[in-house]
Amino acid sequence: MKKTALILLFAGVLLSGPINTSGRTASWSGVDEAVIEKFAEKAGRPAWKPFINTDQGDLLLFVFLLAGAAGGFAAGYWFRVLFPPRRKNEDGRILNHDV
Amino acid sequence: MIDDIAKCPARGGITIFKGLAAAAFLCALPAPAFAMHISEGILPLSWALLWYAAALPFVIWGLRDLRRRSEEAPWFKPLVGLVGAAVFLISCMPIPVPSAGTCSHPCGTGIAAILIGPGLTTVVASIALTLQALFLAHGGITTLGANIVSMGVAGAWVGWGVFTAARRLGLPWIAAAFLAGMLSDWATYATTSLELAAALHGDGPFTTMFSLILLAFVPTQLPLGILEGFLCAGVLKFIRSRRPELLRTVPAGGAA
Repeated sequence: MKKTALILLFAGVLLSGPINTSGRTASWSGVDEAVIEKFAEKAGRPAWKPFINTDQGDLLLFVFLLAGAAGGFAAGYWFRVLFPPRRKNEDGRILNHDV
Repeated sequence: MIDDIAKCPARGGITIFKGLAAAAFLCALPAPAFAMHISEGILPLSWALLWYAAALPFVIWGLRDLRRRSEEAPWFKPLVGLVGAAVFLISCMPIPVPSAGTCSHPCGTGIAAILIGPGLTTVVASIALTLQALFLAHGGITTLGANIVSMGVAGAWVGWGVFTAARRLGLPWIAAAFLAGMLSDWATYATTSLELAAALHGDGPFTTMFSLILLAFVPTQLPLGILEGFLCAGVLKFIRSRRPELLRTVPAGGAA
């Protein structure tokens, strides 16, 4: 119950942002753009295009999806190695982990 | 309007108790690269090289640390794998901050430093930053050294140092973890501000430039740092309840 409340609270805060500020000044740009690149441009050092420029159309979405899938698989694999599902013996006692 | 939504889609909720799985799910959602890393070409060559030189000893020390600590415990390598994947996912996960109207991401180096030590955290952060610079238009190769120093060195050492100091001062482990996560995030952005100010202040005073950049980060990073504190404490709480033996190497009495 406590966990669910925390999840809902956090999700609400995240989701309320784009909803409440739509049409206002919020650009939802990253701080790299809003802060770092702004100061860099003022100092005469604008950012270059990346050497491997995946920031073209939906290509960036694709590489982020790949990265998320690969990272998620790796995290899930190691998570399962370290935290295998709990097994109980006949007495109902939880068995020790293998690793 | 549609562009705005497309640029920063609303995110699902993340639970601190199932943080890793949720991070994987969230990062798998379509998301342009909105982040804190210093972009390609912003730093002059001399500064870029200096930050590479500063990062290198920490990376080498971290690699040696992996060999030494893997011999001590069989579960250490899987733990490094899990933490590495988590740092990669967390550091490319833009989170919209309603109070600022911008997006940024946590770093994950605070909890990583508590679990696997600051040296190895530098290594896993370096790998994550290199992949992001190469393929995700996120950071840059010329600025990789500076980004490693801010996220992988400053974030890791501050997180580890704060947790160790807080435990030695007698704070409960959960409070120590919260402080470590929060301050490691803020330290990362403070170091980014320092790197930028040092390279870009020109004829103006360094301190003014540093203060201006740091203040510009505050509306976004203040709440995100607090979020990272909760994430750090939540992950430690989860491990403590499921496999407390993984916390044997945690500094200063760990989470006992």
